[in-house]
Amino acid sequence: MTARDDIIGGIRRSLGRGALADEAAGKLAARIAAHRPNLIPARATSLDPPARVDLFVALAEAVQTTVARVASDRDVPGEVARYLAAENLPAELAMAPDPGLDALPWAERPLLQIRRGKAEASDAVSLTPCLAAVAETGTLMLVSGAATPTTLNFLPDTHIVVLRASQVVASYEDGWDLLRQRSGDGPSALPRSVNFITGPSRTGDIEQRIELGAHGPRRLHVILIDDAEQSPLR
Amino acid sequence: MAEPARVALLVTCLVDLFRPSVGFAAVKLLEDAGCAVEVPRAQTCCGQPAYNSGDKEDAKAIARQVIAAFAGYDYVVAPSGSCAGMVKAHYPEMFADDPAMRDQAAELAARTYELVSFLVDVRGVGTVAAACAQTATYHDSCSGLRELGVKAQPRALLASVAGLTFAELPGAEICCGFGGTFAVKYPDISDKMARDKIADIEATGAQCVLAGDLGCLLQIAGKLSRAGSRVEARHVAEVLADMADTVPPIGATRE
Amino acid sequence: MEATSHTFTDNARAGLADPVLRRALGMAGTGFPARRAEAIARLPEFEALRDQGKAIKDHTIAHLDFYLELYERNVIAAGGVVHWARDAAEARAAVLDICRSVGAKVVTKGKSMVAEEIALNEHLEANGITPVETDLGEYIIQLRHEPPSHIIAPAIHLMKEQVTETFRAAHTALDPDRAISEAPQLCAEARAMLRPQFLAADAGITGANFLVAETGSSIIVTNEGNGDLTQILPKAHIVVASLEKIVPTLEDTATLLRLLARSATGQEFSSYTTLSTGPRRPGDLDGPEQYHVVLIDNGRTALIGGEFQDMLRCLRCAACLNHCPVYTAIGGHAYGWVYPGPMGAVLTPALIGLDEAGDLPNASSFCGRCESVCPVKIPLPKMMRHWRERQFVQGKAPPVYRHGLKCWAWVARRPGLYHELVELKARMLGWLGKRRGRFRALPLAGAWTKMRDMPAPEGRSFQSLWAERQRAGK
Repeated sequence: MTARDDIIGGIRRSLGRGALADEAAGKLAARIAAHRPNLIPARATSLDPPARVDLFVALAEAVQTTVARVASDRDVPGEVARYLAAENLPAELAMAPDPGLDALPWAERPLLQIRRGKAEASDAVSLTPCLAAVAETGTLMLVSGAATPTTLNFLPDTHIVVLRASQVVASYEDGWDLLRQRSGDGPSALPRSVNFITGPSRTGDIEQRIELGAHGPRRLHVILIDDAEQSPLR
Repeated sequence: MAEPARVALLVTCLVDLFRPSVGFAAVKLLEDAGCAVEVPRAQTCCGQPAYNSGDKEDAKAIARQVIAAFAGYDYVVAPSGSCAGMVKAHYPEMFADDPAMRDQAAELAARTYELVSFLVDVRGVGTVAAACAQTATYHDSCSGLRELGVKAQPRALLASVAGLTFAELPGAEICCGFGGTFAVKYPDISDKMARDKIADIEATGAQCVLAGDLGCLLQIAGKLSRAGSRVEARHVAEVLADMADTVPPIGATRE
Repeated sequence: MEATSHTFTDNARAGLADPVLRRALGMAGTGFPARRAEAIARLPEFEALRDQGKAIKDHTIAHLDFYLELYERNVIAAGGVVHWARDAAEARAAVLDICRSVGAKVVTKGKSMVAEEIALNEHLEANGITPVETDLGEYIIQLRHEPPSHIIAPAIHLMKEQVTETFRAAHTALDPDRAISEAPQLCAEARAMLRPQFLAADAGITGANFLVAETGSSIIVTNEGNGDLTQILPKAHIVVASLEKIVPTLEDTATLLRLLARSATGQEFSSYTTLSTGPRRPGDLDGPEQYHVVLIDNGRTALIGGEFQDMLRCLRCAACLNHCPVYTAIGGHAYGWVYPGPMGAVLTPALIGLDEAGDLPNASSFCGRCESVCPVKIPLPKMMRHWRERQFVQGKAPPVYRHGLKCWAWVARRPGLYHELVELKARMLGWLGKRRGRFRALPLAGAWTKMRDMPAPEGRSFQSLWAERQRAGK
């Protein structure tokens, strides 16, 4: 008997039954397929999109994420250059090879040295897009992919994320729906990594005192483009 | 005022042995609230020491005795959150496998109360006619607090005691370290918890500490006096029954 | 790890006497409860979420076979491999095999309590593989050769001076005169020392806070980002997880995530909550090439259908530890094994036996604060009492208590006799204690009077006085 059979058999014996009958199993399969949300706190769902964006910003800033609101795509390269200078960082960054980021007017900031690809150990700053932002707790949602290598989210000391206001959703459940829409069915269609990021890396392991930059980035900077489009979801 | 009620007093083994004043204070408060109080003779203890030590058989035997002794009264009231909690929360659970006893236990549980919450929540008592010119603080006994929701009621009644200044106790909800047999099985740990509790009490500047459970009070009073503290300890019922000036505090000389 | 639970009383005494531990726990004991309370105050739906979280876990356990099989199918469909381990030995062997198969010399580790439980590190080391703990607290205690003392803050028992001393002793290649007395300096040094290890590791081992049946995903919840660097950089990502971590859907997981960080640290959400599904996809520029899940039973299925089943709901948030007056008095090492505090008092006897861990469920005053803060409403005192019942039935309680209790219970069932004896005792002790009002010493009560006075009885029993009053017609 394999370990697997032993364990499954042991569970069934403890539950006082054999394998589930087809009907019972069918009900559970239906529960999975329906993936109904449980209670979702009203905190974000009760807000209209602009207020939701404001909530995202407030909660993100409460955990030391910095947020710069800009009017349009055109302003992004300038904000990146300004931010790096203000933080006394070299004007170099590793950028996710994402078409949306490529389309930004980087040519207007020729002094910014940009390398596209995954992160290298020597990278100090990264720039990535994100899939969404969850207003409920000021959380960014990033997914891995050919255009969005995950190492950019963790190796460099400074992580800059480009977010559009229309990407701000209310709850994690909205995020799951986005993931399902984008990935289609089946687990292999999901990305390898989905990162929910709420503020920079931190630890309280020494005398309960919070220190930023434990292993991941010590700075998380969000450039929020106030596009007037409605969110595709609620 | 609510209709007259026939109340049986669950004395509790600690009150019976150590401090009858608490029992008489409870009787006075209940009578003032329009209750006719009786004290069934066939009671000894609620059985909690046996129950918490894992001796389920003896606990059940004692519980059967309690259920029989308190049959027929409108209410059963105990000046103790842990004893009332034992009857209310644990008796039905104890007889989970015995439907007949479980029903009797549930029936008793439904009419059993801790004293102060009975006065406030059931009898609608809002004020007491009592005086105590001291600053007092209050320790929330764990069972009363967590099993029975006793929190606001003692504070509400103490607010009506003439001359009493109330100082809220930081960490009021943290265990004093009594825990029945815990206090003697793990005395070092119990002592640490007692020391923390009396440090919190001293920090309030209060002249006396009150609680609704004599177990807690023996622990707290015992530690206060060993530490040479001048803070007095009483059962809240004694203050509410206007006995603060006539009965010495717990652990004080009576000569 | 070698259990020392059988010397609990000595361990506890040592903990109570340790001034450094006192200071360290003092800081923790006030911080965590306050932050949790603030977080909950900001979320009106918290109580309702507790009920839903409990229901999700109970539903999952009642159908655990179905969800495990579904989970396995989905891990495989995503390109991962599932290894089933009945016990610690099988789990260790599975991890070792995977490490060997990728030629691993150095392995980075995120924090995992189940990895402690199966004594994984020792096994790897004995087989020529170096495990490097990357969670800062775990890294510190690994250097000190100490076990963790808290399930989410493993080094909570240390003050920063001890960390400084440890780093100076261990990081010998660095300038001995460097300044590392403050927390920021210590963190920066740990970051610098561990970064090369992350980059060099051949395999990365993480635990899992949740395993999602719907998608075959594992979830880790961290603040440092070490768990992420552990899993994305090396060739193989190995997840070690006990099988009650299964959750049916992503939506169910969201509910539990809402409870977890708030209960653990008082955060709205941890810095990093990561969902990992299989190895890197074709076209991905980074990520592990292999994804393995070692699913561990090690005593969990034995709890299903019995008195301790509710323990399987545990989210390992440590709220019970943080609110326990016993834990904050004695510290985690006193419990002698992997899991301290109230959850440890219930789980440890189940996993390593009541003979070894018998003190743990007894060292509780049943104050109930643990149960009141448990995000999934586990009735911890009730289960500790069940362990006491088992000990009593097995005759394992110390004789003086067993016999004392039996005598007392015998008398208590005979009210007439009881009342006479109580009146006698009240008169005697009342008379002896009348002058002082209390006893500094009392025969047979040494355990009480060693550190506390015993207030003297008033001198008559209530029942006697009441009977007199009745006879006198009030």
